Amino acid sequence: MSLGLLSLIVLGLAGLGFFVGRSRALAVVGGDGRKLHSLPSYHGQSVALFAALPAFFVFGVWLFVQPILIEGSISATIPDSVIPEGGALSLVMADVRRIADGLEALVQAGSLTEASIAQLSTGNTDIRAMLAAGGVALGSDVPQAVLVAATEYRTLSGAGRLAMTGLVLVLAVLGLVLSLRRITPELRARNISEAFVKALLIGASMVAILTTVGIVFSLIFETINFFKMYPAKDFFFSTVWNPQFRGGSDLGILPLLWGTLYVSFVALLFAVPLGLMIAIYLSEYAGPKLRGLAKPAIEVLAGIPTIVYGLFALVTVGPLLRDYLAQPLGLGTSSSSVLTAGLVMGIMLIPFVSSLSDDIINAVPQAMRDGSYGLGATRSETIRQVVLPAALPGVVGAILLAASRAIGETMIVVMGAGAAAKLGLNPFEAMTTVTVKIVSQLTGDTEFASPETLVAFALGLTLFVFTLGLNVIALIIVRKYREQYE
Amino acid sequence: MSDISFPKGAHAQKSLLVLDARTRKRNAAEARFRRMGLVAVTIGILALVGLLSSIIANGASSFRQTFVNLEVYLDPAKLDKTGERDPAKMAKVTTFGYAPLLGRALAQAVEAQGISTEGVSKKDIEALISKEAPATLRNMVLANPELVGQTISLQVLAQGRVDGYFKGRVTMESAALDRNISPAQLEMADALRAAGIITLGYNWGFFTAPDASDTRPEAAGLGVAILGSAYMMMIVLCLSLPIGVAASIYLEEFAPQNRWTDLIEVNISNLAAVPSIVFGILGLAIFINFVGLPQSAPIVGGLVLTLMTLPTIIIATRAALKAVPPSIRDAALGVGASKMQSVFHHVLPLAMPGILTGTIIGLAQALGETAPLLLIGMVAFVREYPGSPPEGFLDPASALPVQVYNWTTRGDPAFVERASGAIIVLLCFLVIMNIAAIVLRRRFERRW
Repeated sequence: MSLGLLSLIVLGLAGLGFFVGRSRALAVVGGDGRKLHSLPSYHGQSVALFAALPAFFVFGVWLFVQPILIEGSISATIPDSVIPEGGALSLVMADVRRIADGLEALVQAGSLTEASIAQLSTGNTDIRAMLAAGGVALGSDVPQAVLVAATEYRTLSGAGRLAMTGLVLVLAVLGLVLSLRRITPELRARNISEAFVKALLIGASMVAILTTVGIVFSLIFETINFFKMYPAKDFFFSTVWNPQFRGGSDLGILPLLWGTLYVSFVALLFAVPLGLMIAIYLSEYAGPKLRGLAKPAIEVLAGIPTIVYGLFALVTVGPLLRDYLAQPLGLGTSSSSVLTAGLVMGIMLIPFVSSLSDDIINAVPQAMRDGSYGLGATRSETIRQVVLPAALPGVVGAILLAASRAIGETMIVVMGAGAAAKLGLNPFEAMTTVTVKIVSQLTGDTEFASPETLVAFALGLTLFVFTLGLNVIALIIVRKYREQYE
Repeated sequence: MSDISFPKGAHAQKSLLVLDARTRKRNAAEARFRRMGLVAVTIGILALVGLLSSIIANGASSFRQTFVNLEVYLDPAKLDKTGERDPAKMAKVTTFGYAPLLGRALAQAVEAQGISTEGVSKKDIEALISKEAPATLRNMVLANPELVGQTISLQVLAQGRVDGYFKGRVTMESAALDRNISPAQLEMADALRAAGIITLGYNWGFFTAPDASDTRPEAAGLGVAILGSAYMMMIVLCLSLPIGVAASIYLEEFAPQNRWTDLIEVNISNLAAVPSIVFGILGLAIFINFVGLPQSAPIVGGLVLTLMTLPTIIIATRAALKAVPPSIRDAALGVGASKMQSVFHHVLPLAMPGILTGTIIGLAQALGETAPLLLIGMVAFVREYPGSPPEGFLDPASALPVQVYNWTTRGDPAFVERASGAIIVLLCFLVIMNIAAIVLRRRFERRW
């Protein structure tokens, strides 16, 4: 029975439970709803919940646990001799799974029977050709031990699936019947169904926590794997980044960090003064008309996907900078450069700086400005000597948030900054960043369990720690500042 | 004593109506500061204008396409040697069997129009037609074998360079250096255009066709990418809206004020600021390596984007719930509703416009997101349309922004035009979604 069909049946039982439960609640009190503690539909809901939830819970847990258990018992039976030189058990297990899937597909298509599977052996049949006909392509011929493991795998998962189907259906029916029999006028059905709903709400709010846990664990787990293969000291302190296909790579993070910080610095150098001046002008000088026009226009910049900025850097800004600045000055010939990426990223960051600073400048109490005007200061003097110092912590928070955006930005640097890992000062040269290398190491063809791929997780963890640190500091600053004037 | 606190020269002031040097300096500084602000605003707006106009200037031409109109004789001796009109047997003739037919048809048309063929070989004439055209013709014939033996009039794609020539991307000078096209061929194309055999038409294929290989930019389209993006948006909507709303209701209406709730809240605001590429790593490690979902599948992309969109939706929903006045809740509780009933029957419907606005904005963000999708393999070359949902969620597909990135990595400059065109399509979707959000807010937002 397919999983979809099974869940449909359980859902159907739950739906049935709702209607039967509702009418049974009314029947218990002879059609007089006032005698019930809860409205009839709450009785229906609680029956439906009892039919569906335990069944779905077991369903989910089983789907999760069964492959782990079966895999454990099968991989113990695979002899070391079939594991290829330099390969891993996980690769053999992947073959086992695919052969098992292929056999299952052939049985479904009717070209194999259960009896013939039991007699299969590598001696009398070309398994690879047979499976290729069934749509499963294998890289090499199948050793006998793997075939045996695959048939075993198939039998076990078939049996597991059958047991699960039975258990889920029994649970659903049992839940339905028991909760139906429980219905009495005094039953607090509303409280039951509301407790369920509340549990559901709590579960939904857990998703955020689970996501963070998932991020942290997946990063840390693979990073530890990476450091088992590659010394941590070299990763953090080596100045050479030179991954090789055949091992022996130099994977020092310093050139990447340098590129990241350089590009972010250029971007902030562009975005902070501009964004700050825009915020000041729009909140202190501009009339309502200009403000109503310019503020949304600037904020549109924040809604544009980064891929658009990337293309802008690649197609327009890069060639422009190369032809009119870099080449005449003799500083470089590459259209992707630190300056290209930094400039375009700066444009992207303008709205982050300007709208946050705008909020913060507006939060400075008018009384402070009035006091300054009363002493005879001009507007710009008031802004520079009263408003900005008062808003400074908040503005610093805004800048830190923008910096964390800049460090984590991917598409603009992938398309605008280049791929050469260098420690240089020339802004017209191509350099690379942490995010660019995460993309290139994880989209390449290298084997997953090699340091060249796993380094991406260590880079990701570094990035995560950096941006998280910046965010936490920024949020603390902004929050503290907001409280000052409230 | 006053001598000390007054700067020297302060007494020199004669009249209040004459500005002294210091006041003039201060006023000049004021004007300068103000001008700087105006310049900053102008630069900001110019950046927006420059960004959009550069994309539109590069991409607008991708919505038009050069076609070749031909009268093709489908020679039975070439296409169906058995004469049975059996598609299974005719399928043995590959596109190499069809290409000469198209070439001959074009050569005949050239001859009939009396166009000079000086410096242009038979092969060069055939090369004016896209390499995709024989495949189109073959599919047409296999779908309808009765066509064999007839002369059909057909509109096929012209080669990418010819297309580029009519759009101004390829010039005679660049053609002289190009292995794929010669100036003589372009002159012939000019003559063919004057004769009406080559025409420029609207490029519907750009929206419906799948991606094409590196050598056929003229055939590349967004069909698979639009479908893949639509699938992912469906998944994001179906998952992030209920989860996001449920989480916000709990945090805003039920959660006790304690450390645990604080932790969740800090968590959500931090998740909103985690770089998108980290979500891609999460998707790769959890959904693909651990759970074993297939690479390049819309379901994985949808799940990753859901996790990314959740903080946006939760923050918007909480703001919308907060905006509903407490008197509504008190009234519901006063007439005997339970807490749950007051929330679901009264607060939630009133907060709905705000929630939907936040959801649309979250979806728009998710639609333009690229980096995490690169890591889960959506950048692969996919020519097959994914099946219909729900099985189609597991088929390989592309996505709009990833398709843009994919095209920018190809060598042929024709792909830059396509990529810019794809961005225009993407931006159109985003504009529509944002306008929908604004309209929703304007029409239904209530202020108490």
